[in-house]
Amino acid sequence: MSNEVNGSQNMQEFLKGLWKENPVFVAVLGMCPSLAVTNSAINGLAMGLATTFVLIGSSILVSLLRKVIPKQVRITTYIVIIATFVTVVDFTLQAYFPDIHKALGAFISLIVVNCLILARQESFASKNGQWRSFLDASGMGLGFTFALFTLGAIREVLGNGSLFGVSLFGKAFEPWIVMILPPGGFFVLGLLLLLFNWSAQRRKQRKMQTA
Amino acid sequence: MSTEEQMTFDQEPEPSSFRLIATLGVAGFLSGLVLVSSYLWTKPTIDANKAEEQRHAIFRVLPGTADFETFTLQDGQLQTATGPAEDRVFLGRDTNAGFTGFAITGEEPGFSDIVTVIVGYHPADQAIIGYQVLDCKETPGLGDKIIRNEGFLANFSHLVVDPEIALVKNGTKKQPNEVDGITGATISSRTVVNLLNNAMTKWKGPIDAYLQAHPELEKTTGHE
Amino acid sequence: MNELIWIFISALLINNFTLSLFLGLCPFLGVTQRMETAFRLGLANIFVMVITAIAAYILNTWVLIYAPYLRLISFIIVIASVVQFVEIAIKKLSPVLFKALGIFLPLITTNCAILGLALFSTNKGYGFLEGLIYALGAGGGVTIALVLLASIREETRILNIPNVVKGTALNLIIAGILSLAFMGFAGLFGSH
Repeated sequence: MSNEVNGSQNMQEFLKGLWKENPVFVAVLGMCPSLAVTNSAINGLAMGLATTFVLIGSSILVSLLRKVIPKQVRITTYIVIIATFVTVVDFTLQAYFPDIHKALGAFISLIVVNCLILARQESFASKNGQWRSFLDASGMGLGFTFALFTLGAIREVLGNGSLFGVSLFGKAFEPWIVMILPPGGFFVLGLLLLLFNWSAQRRKQRKMQTA
Repeated sequence: MSTEEQMTFDQEPEPSSFRLIATLGVAGFLSGLVLVSSYLWTKPTIDANKAEEQRHAIFRVLPGTADFETFTLQDGQLQTATGPAEDRVFLGRDTNAGFTGFAITGEEPGFSDIVTVIVGYHPADQAIIGYQVLDCKETPGLGDKIIRNEGFLANFSHLVVDPEIALVKNGTKKQPNEVDGITGATISSRTVVNLLNNAMTKWKGPIDAYLQAHPELEKTTGHE
Repeated sequence: MNELIWIFISALLINNFTLSLFLGLCPFLGVTQRMETAFRLGLANIFVMVITAIAAYILNTWVLIYAPYLRLISFIIVIASVVQFVEIAIKKLSPVLFKALGIFLPLITTNCAILGLALFSTNKGYGFLEGLIYALGAGGGVTIALVLLASIREETRILNIPNVVKGTALNLIIAGILSLAFMGFAGLFGSH
């Protein structure tokens, strides 16, 4: 792989959201949806993708308009843009994927107040070009989707003994129901954060040793 | 918006309030445009989905139904519903326009949130002949057994509603008006029983009155 | 009457906004170092929620029946304005509190609990009084959750906790235990 400097920088823009600056596991943004709808893998995936779509759409638009929007009204304008995208997603899901819409319910509308989206507009899209904003938004969006999917999958496997609705262990498995209930959401995310903290700490220690 | 002046944040710290309002106005206008068009675009499909869901539920709880009429409660009497009404029952008809029964919905606070159920009611037998949960956020794995637990669902293939429906412990059902509860989900089971009794108290009188006024319906019931 | 009590208790304890619907987690995890601050934020939350409920009712009754596609956008703009108003009021009335709440007052705008309240009470088809009771219950529930977590966190400060666990991870696990405890409230109304 012989990327130019520019190319690899762009790659960085995309990749950082997936792991190093993962919006859920590292930055701890967008907690409400990551816990509320992740009682199954498919719900987590759907929520993640819907959020990604809104994030990419509004990032490109905000980046295109960044010179036109006066600073004083930027937040209001961002919110109008985001709310428009979310409403479109809401209608589309309701029309073509009614089952998913029913499972996610009002939490689709609540994408508007996902701190992750507003944070990316304010800290990235309003300062960078369309292409880089697109990369940043896709990386962050996919990182978010990855996090939600992981949470959903863990909770579904433990709490229901299934993945994507397919039973994994047969009838003898007694599901750990609390995992798909609200407390399970807190526990699983808490433990995953613990894991991320631990790996970050080890990385730091190793760096100190080699330095 | 024309860009005759190349404005950046640093050079122009204080844009005119006209510009601020204009920006918000344009943003609001464009967003409204997008919203209206996407609304008009998706509305027919969404409405069709909802109607389809309702039809499915009614056809499921009233076996043999091919068509239905919607009624609402007015002054204690069934009236043909014209617009969207809160209280509705559905009169089912089979392919020969024969009467198949009434589909009745009811709701009741359950273990954690409101449970909504639709049942098919056969007036000649005074019995519930079909059951489906429309909305339920009961505890997954426990309370939500009222949706698909086979033993529980079996109660509703022919459940007599007079005398009042009673909940009994799992496996002890003897009378035709008794419901076998779900072990470990007693409260949710009781919610369903209360819901059905309340719904029957509310609708049985009006339905009987309606049938008396339309004796031709009674005649076509015996097709099973 | 019975139904109103049910709505209140359900929003306060059974379907607690924070511990069982996961709404308003940002302030829940962010402003709960001190009980005093947490309690006041909770009060601000109740206040904003009640005003939101009234605003949502007005919007629902007179505007949104003609233009349902404007629901989300009008809710969020009205909420933002309400929060702005509360912010100005608090700044005038209590500069100390304003300082204590810091960044989190404007963040109530992007607080899912507020928008969630407006959306849920619309979805449930609540009228004016029901919506008001729902807002009081939900706000009270958020306050209870904030105060509970803050008081536990005050205790943990003197404990010797490994570095890895400190911070959000620990708070989430405490929240999980609280949520587990709150599950015990389910069924309060099912067993007549």
